[in-house]
Amino acid sequence: MHTVRLIACLDIEHGRVVKGVRFADLQDQGDPVELAARYDAQGIDELAFLDVRASDQGRDILRDLVAKVAQVLFIPFAVGGGLRTLDDVRAVLRAGADKVTVGSAAVANPELVRQIANEFGSQCLVVSLDVKRLDGRYALTSHGGRRDTGLDAVEFARRVADLGAGELLVNDMDADGTRQGFGHDLNRAIVNAVPIPVIASGGAGRPEHFAEAVEQGGVHAVLAASVFHQGDFSIGDVKDCMRSRGIAVRT
Amino acid sequence: MIAVVDYGAGNVASVVRALRHLGGDAQLVRDPEQLLAARQVVFPGQGHFAQAMRQLQASGMLSALVQTIDRGKPFLGICLGLQLLYQGSDEAPGVAGLGLLPGHCQRFAPGLPVPHVGWQQLRAPAGPHLRGEEHTSGLESPSQFYYFVHSYYAPAQGEAVTAVADYGVPFAAAVRRDNLCAVQFHPEKSGQAGLDYLAAWLKLA
Repeated sequence: MHTVRLIACLDIEHGRVVKGVRFADLQDQGDPVELAARYDAQGIDELAFLDVRASDQGRDILRDLVAKVAQVLFIPFAVGGGLRTLDDVRAVLRAGADKVTVGSAAVANPELVRQIANEFGSQCLVVSLDVKRLDGRYALTSHGGRRDTGLDAVEFARRVADLGAGELLVNDMDADGTRQGFGHDLNRAIVNAVPIPVIASGGAGRPEHFAEAVEQGGVHAVLAASVFHQGDFSIGDVKDCMRSRGIAVRT
Repeated sequence: MIAVVDYGAGNVASVVRALRHLGGDAQLVRDPEQLLAARQVVFPGQGHFAQAMRQLQASGMLSALVQTIDRGKPFLGICLGLQLLYQGSDEAPGVAGLGLLPGHCQRFAPGLPVPHVGWQQLRAPAGPHLRGEEHTSGLESPSQFYYFVHSYYAPAQGEAVTAVADYGVPFAAAVRRDNLCAVQFHPEKSGQAGLDYLAAWLKLA
């Protein structure tokens, strides 16, 4: 039976895991390799690395980190943050990433989505959408939510799916950091619009929130960061909760 | 030496890393001579059916692959490396696969999200050829979860199929015929269950 994936995201800055509320006020959360190993031992289904500053220097550090993690972990992991060109993508895949996540670069140049899919395959491409509710629409933002692109997030989701994205990561910027639950309306709108898997991100505060994202938002995978780093509850707690509500998960 | 066939597609390095982690002497191999010299052969996959076949033909790897299988060396196809063993695929109409297994690979029908991405438990295949006997490769474990990522699948029927999984339709998750083994899932990305599979396969040498 197909299972819902639970993904732990490690927001990385200068080789350390950080997490801020609404992408500001970054706080140190630990060593990425240690955290990745801990989550693997707890039964996480997938890991995501996101370089939150995405500087040129940060990208080299990130690549070294990816290589370190790939030596010791044998579960899928995605890497993103500041990847702008096919060469950037090739470098992190060579370092050992299974997938790349592109956000702002896909907004600036949707053709990059097609190029990555053609060169490396759709299965290794996650397109990340930072979405805010503005004037009654789902506004696609870029640069960590600081810029309104003027694009409609649902339309853009459809477009990148057509161009060859393998999965979509929907970051609900209104819910991110609030710990009040995922944005089911937004997730449902995206799920209904595209034929590819959708990952919910932003708003996790309790184990039930993950189950609700699947039940109400219809998403195929759920991602969280700070709630795991700070040990509010474990990955096992989330899976126990999902299982008790009839959602199939890996054990 | 364990040859991991590098035909310019996909994350083949992760397969090498997993085999070395298990103590296997794995090397990425690009030419037929090296392939024929190997004790065991892994044929990993990600990428496009047609491009992979073209690349294998151009490099002379195709006939070397078939020879290693004919000589009875332990062989493991992964993901696209399983699909290429069949006669063809919807992904590449008109392009012949290796044809070592009967049947044609199809694309998942619309309805469920494609690609199929995620972890699944396996189950035993059903079919008249089983005559009630247990039919497993002895490598995969039905109670374990394995990681899949693919848009095309091989038929669940067939004498070589040792485990199936379901995603809207049943499909071949693992096959084995003598020294020829292949899996649709990624053992190099399936945590301990995947490492256990690879460790069992390494012992076939």
